[in-house]
Amino acid sequence: MEARPRVEASGVEHHHLTPGDWSKVANEPRFRSLIADKRRFIVPATVFFLAYFLALPVLVGFAPATMERAVWGPVTVANLFALSQFAMAWILLALYLWRARGYDATERAVTEDVRKEFGAP
Amino acid sequence: MNAALGMFCFFVGVTLVITWWASARTTTSKGFYAAHREIGGVQNGWAVAGDYMSAASFLGITGLIAFYGFDGFMYSVGFLVAYLTVLFLVAEPLRNVGKYTMADLISFRLHGKGVRAIAAISTLVVALFYMIAQMVGAGSLVDLLLPAASYTTAIVVVGALMIVYVMFGGMLATTWVQIIKAVLLLAGAIAISIMVLAHYGFSLPQLFGAAANVAGPAGPTNLLHSGLLYEGGHGALNLLSLGLALVLGTAGLPHILMRFYTVPSAKAARTSVAWAMVLIGVFYLTTMFMGLGAATLVGKADIGTHVRDAAAIAYISKQPAAEQPALNVQLKTKHYVVPSENNNMAAPLLANFLGGSYFMAFIAAVAFATILAVVAGLTISASSAFAHDIWWNLVRGGKGDEREQLRVARATAAAVGIVAIVLSIGLRTLNVAFLVGLAFAVAASANVPVIVLSLSWRRFNKTGAICGMLAGLVSSLGIIAISPAIMGVDPPLSATHHFIQMAPLFPLDNPGLLSIPLGFLGAILGTLLSRDPQAEADFDQLLVRANTGMGAEV
Repeated sequence: MEARPRVEASGVEHHHLTPGDWSKVANEPRFRSLIADKRRFIVPATVFFLAYFLALPVLVGFAPATMERAVWGPVTVANLFALSQFAMAWILLALYLWRARGYDATERAVTEDVRKEFGAP
Repeated sequence: MNAALGMFCFFVGVTLVITWWASARTTTSKGFYAAHREIGGVQNGWAVAGDYMSAASFLGITGLIAFYGFDGFMYSVGFLVAYLTVLFLVAEPLRNVGKYTMADLISFRLHGKGVRAIAAISTLVVALFYMIAQMVGAGSLVDLLLPAASYTTAIVVVGALMIVYVMFGGMLATTWVQIIKAVLLLAGAIAISIMVLAHYGFSLPQLFGAAANVAGPAGPTNLLHSGLLYEGGHGALNLLSLGLALVLGTAGLPHILMRFYTVPSAKAARTSVAWAMVLIGVFYLTTMFMGLGAATLVGKADIGTHVRDAAAIAYISKQPAAEQPALNVQLKTKHYVVPSENNNMAAPLLANFLGGSYFMAFIAAVAFATILAVVAGLTISASSAFAHDIWWNLVRGGKGDEREQLRVARATAAAVGIVAIVLSIGLRTLNVAFLVGLAFAVAASANVPVIVLSLSWRRFNKTGAICGMLAGLVSSLGIIAISPAIMGVDPPLSATHHFIQMAPLFPLDNPGLLSIPLGFLGAILGTLLSRDPQAEADFDQLLVRANTGMGAEV
């Protein structure tokens, strides 16, 4: 139960970087590709899960006839759609965790570049 | 119910030992607010789950599903899916850029006192609303389970404990209280679900078959159908408004955001969300079994608030004269008379049916533990907004004595707790269930637009942040004031009453559908009104730091 001290983050202070330095890092090709990579997943994934989730109240509210159709015993389309939201959330979580390993690798490379260019404190 | 009291006291004893252990390790403000950022990712995942799965979820949603079936389950779905917003948009950048509070993230490149002050006020509003809803729930629960203890005693005990945890043990004690509670709550919920399934021979078709045909005074009800709770002309819009507030609001709840500062890195913050999503998902799946189990095995007529004391005498006096003697006998022997429309007792009563009085006592004790863990998390987030944002950054200008900061943080925790106790006692007879929905709506309308835009839009500036937060805050509060939550004409025998006895002007229960777009609109229009070259220049730094963790607080 004892909380062990950990040193995981780089622990590096970057406050000595000037605004110009930060902009330089922000425009490095490797960093640009990290941001582009993240956006390529996060933007569509966010649009998708918001649409998939909001479709539930919208369809249940505005198309009750279809949604109330019993498809498995008394279980309705709406019931299955609601349960599928759990699967959807967990699948997107797994996909993100898998993609994020790639982000971490790029992130380490960018941090290493910055350390080389601006020096370790 | 002495068994429940005993188990609750055991939980309190264990948590007080933890608080004593944590207090020796809480000697700096970083220790107080963020447990020295030494909580592991997995541990924090359990703590996030413990911070989030409130009594409103456990008792409230189980009751809603027991009464209204599918419509109640919509809450469960929304509460889980909401974590995708946290995962994709907020957790990692927040950990990389901020220090202790939500305002730290927003004011990273939007300097100036106004932005931080409004962010802190919004934090305090959300935390206080949420806290009062939890504490009033605690009072009602004790009222039903322990007739010997009064409502006021319950609130004072819950309030005093949360103050002790936070004041002495800070974030470290709060974290472990939340972890233990999450373990207990999941164990209880899974146990009940397995027992419900066992009752139906582990056959889902049998369970759903029973749920599709629940006997009632007005004929059988199909709980698998929608529209039992949200019915009529605005039913669909009500569901949509609630859904929107739930799915966006979580990413703006200050007590959840604050948890991500307790881990060493953004990667650990990601691990936390992943674990939390698994635990929270399993928990909300169990609400389906618990709710349908309560409906089919206990029955709606036997779930309900028992009216006690003065309210019971008033109730009896209005009943037909022939029935009054029997009701008076019932009041004398059982300390309560028959039910109203409250469904908070569904889970404990189901536990009683399935596992007897000791199991019910365990579930009741778990419900108290749940309330304590959540209010402790809310107290520390409110305390940080006041002590770190308002006192340290605005009054002291970010400079000053470390020991003073810790002292102020502790004093604020006590002050926040006392305010919550007083308000909760004062609001006893008001129906405060809407406060949870309102807290989500304020978070979604005032906090989330500004968090998202400040991380993603270079042009975003101070004016935009202030306009966005004010628009979200004022519109969600204003709309709720004219909604059915506040305005309504009560039937004569209602146990709770509305603030304003008039027909509501706004038809929906949750303001989200209107106030969330207003929050975004305010932020965008405000931004376009002015330019802040400094904030635009600093966007590069924010982008690099948010996405690499360079220069993150350690």
